[in-house]
Amino acid sequence: MGTEMTGASSLVKSLEAAGVDVMFGIPGGAVLPVYDPLYDSKIRHILVRHEQGAGHAATGYAQVTGRVGVCMATSGPGATNLVTPLADAQMDSVPLVAITGQVPSAAIGTDAFQEADIRGITMPITKHNYLVTNPDDIPRAIAEAFHIASTGRPGPVLVDIAKDALQKMTNFSYPTSIQFAGYKPQVEPDAQAIRDAVALIAQAKKPVFYVGGGIIKANASKQLMQIAELLGAPVVTTLMARGAFPDSHNLHLGMPGMHGTVAAVTALQKSDLLITLGARFDDRVTGKLSSFAVHAKVIHADIDPAEIGKNRFADVPIIGDLAHTLNALILALQEEFKKNKPDLTVWWRQMSSLRAAYPLGYDKPVDGSTSPQYVIERIGAISGPDSIYVAGVGQHQMWASQFVKYEKPRTWLNSGGLGTMGYAVPAAMGAKVGMPDTTVWAIDGDGCFQMTNQELVTCSLNNIPIKVAIINNESLGMVRQWQTMFYEGRYSNTSLHSKRIPDFVKLADAMGCAGLRCERPEDVDAVIKEAMSINDQPVVVDFRVFRDAMVWPMVAAGTSNDEIMIARGIAPDWDSQEL
Amino acid sequence: MSTHTLAVLVENSPGVLARVASLFSRRAYNIDSLAVGPTENPDISRMTIVLNLDGHVLDQVMAQLYKLVNVIAISEMTDETTVKRELLLVKVNAGSKKSEISSLVEKFSATIVNEDGGFLTVQAIGEPAHIEALLAGLTPYGIKELVQSGLVALEKGSAALSDRTLSAQGISTLHEIGTQADYQN
Repeated sequence: MGTEMTGASSLVKSLEAAGVDVMFGIPGGAVLPVYDPLYDSKIRHILVRHEQGAGHAATGYAQVTGRVGVCMATSGPGATNLVTPLADAQMDSVPLVAITGQVPSAAIGTDAFQEADIRGITMPITKHNYLVTNPDDIPRAIAEAFHIASTGRPGPVLVDIAKDALQKMTNFSYPTSIQFAGYKPQVEPDAQAIRDAVALIAQAKKPVFYVGGGIIKANASKQLMQIAELLGAPVVTTLMARGAFPDSHNLHLGMPGMHGTVAAVTALQKSDLLITLGARFDDRVTGKLSSFAVHAKVIHADIDPAEIGKNRFADVPIIGDLAHTLNALILALQEEFKKNKPDLTVWWRQMSSLRAAYPLGYDKPVDGSTSPQYVIERIGAISGPDSIYVAGVGQHQMWASQFVKYEKPRTWLNSGGLGTMGYAVPAAMGAKVGMPDTTVWAIDGDGCFQMTNQELVTCSLNNIPIKVAIINNESLGMVRQWQTMFYEGRYSNTSLHSKRIPDFVKLADAMGCAGLRCERPEDVDAVIKEAMSINDQPVVVDFRVFRDAMVWPMVAAGTSNDEIMIARGIAPDWDSQEL
Repeated sequence: MSTHTLAVLVENSPGVLARVASLFSRRAYNIDSLAVGPTENPDISRMTIVLNLDGHVLDQVMAQLYKLVNVIAISEMTDETTVKRELLLVKVNAGSKKSEISSLVEKFSATIVNEDGGFLTVQAIGEPAHIEALLAGLTPYGIKELVQSGLVALEKGSAALSDRTLSAQGISTLHEIGTQADYQN
């Protein structure tokens, strides 16, 4: 028998037992019983201004620490405000536990005040979820939730607890083990799959490491470096994998996909073997699937069996934890290479030529205004590879993935799968809470910023001094770019007028932040340095940038990667390349 | 496209049918029929799902189903290795044709389970082709309403899906619980 206490106390004790040190949330009627024992707990609860902020903050915390992020909300609207961050975490495989209060069990199903069937609502956007109506079930549900969230392919788990279960007395005892009838992620790779993969690698003439966010989730960057150097093949890192392999490394060709480098996109297209590590053949990487890497065989290593063959047939699937899989592959390849090692000279001649011919770049705006790419490039250069960069969604996100140079895993956070505008400020807040001694930059758009900037109040009041660079082109820039390209420049509803309203400097000031503005390219470095010097409060910089800058290269949605453009209407000069 | 039958053992927990239905809906897999009911183990329910899809999609469906935490075991039920049955109840307006219908019913080893106001309720149990043939025979007499149970399937001989689950052998997967720090590599 455990100690007698309320269900709410049992929940708080369970969260403590699960190792929770910080959580983000907002109280409300149904979840109120939890906030009473939480008042006495060593768990730091950060009171946010919107539940969506709590969810993205938990994600930011999880992405930089590798621990489970925790958020909490009340029933009904509190819970539904968590829907977007839960969907976001599901798409990007982020380990989260969300706790929601629910109306008393007798009222469930009666359309009670602030009732929403959040378990039903979140079924498709969580890894698993629970509705707890018996206080005795709370410790086990919490233990299972943390286990499920953090093992296998990580993901969000929601635990919805009826108010009466929080109020009733129960005996608290945290389980020492939990049992699942069916859930058992495979960690160790199959030995035959490793042998089959080695056989393909040994024959390959044009292999490429196609690296996804799974490498970061598996903390397998060290192994990735080892295997990449062992084989000497090109490495491409997807949007979710930026930082998994150093940008400065000679084997790195950059990011593939819709806005990837010509070299990275072409390496995949012309490859004869994709060594796919924790990536999922997302449409933004493959372009038109039927014309993606048509000559390539595929090794697909992933911890989630359902990713195998979902979009692309895998010649050799390897199910397992990537760190284990790569350890096994490295050992086997070391043996194999004693006898026979692929000669990649020709392949590298082709790739080096492409890399040299088509580096990432941008034009200076003709009107003398500041180029957005330049601002982002300078932030990365001045703040350096030890800082954490968190982007919103849109043009600035792509530029932040292209022009900040990443050297380490868990230094680049963004909403890759769901594409959640408004992610940056709250996720940066969570990242800073997880890594308080690290400089955290939110690189945000003026559109994104206006969706979730209320969390700067939370940052100011809780000593969370993040830095926010608003790349202000007074537009929904990526949508505007598509209107330029595909809708004859008819800019329907993409002008935000945010150089006029709101005044971001005043808004920053009103929220307890330092507000800075930068209007000329020659001031960019000085303003960044000023922002870097302020560490006792959050900083918001309104960088006023050229409105018509576009993200290049680009593979238009639904077209083949072979149709990559390096500027509007301009394809690479393929004839000059030996491919 | 071809027809495939899956048997799925699931934990008998609230919402498990909704989880499976939600998965099929959001992944756009079409279900021909779904039958669900209790098993010899009160903690486990069994679903029999009939799908019409390409073979390579079937692997994907099974992998996606396995991702549901409450799913314990899945197996394809092939014609060669399993017994498949469905139940039909069909109401026919007999009129003056009762004897004709009775002989048809007898031919299909079906039974008349209710007769009321000139309407016959016929019960038939069999493989899908058998049920279809009976229905084709009854259609000319005027079918008022019918209901089908959906297909259920069981492996022949000693083979049992539940043998392939860990929990059936009393060794469901045990996970030691630590603090979050233990979840980090």
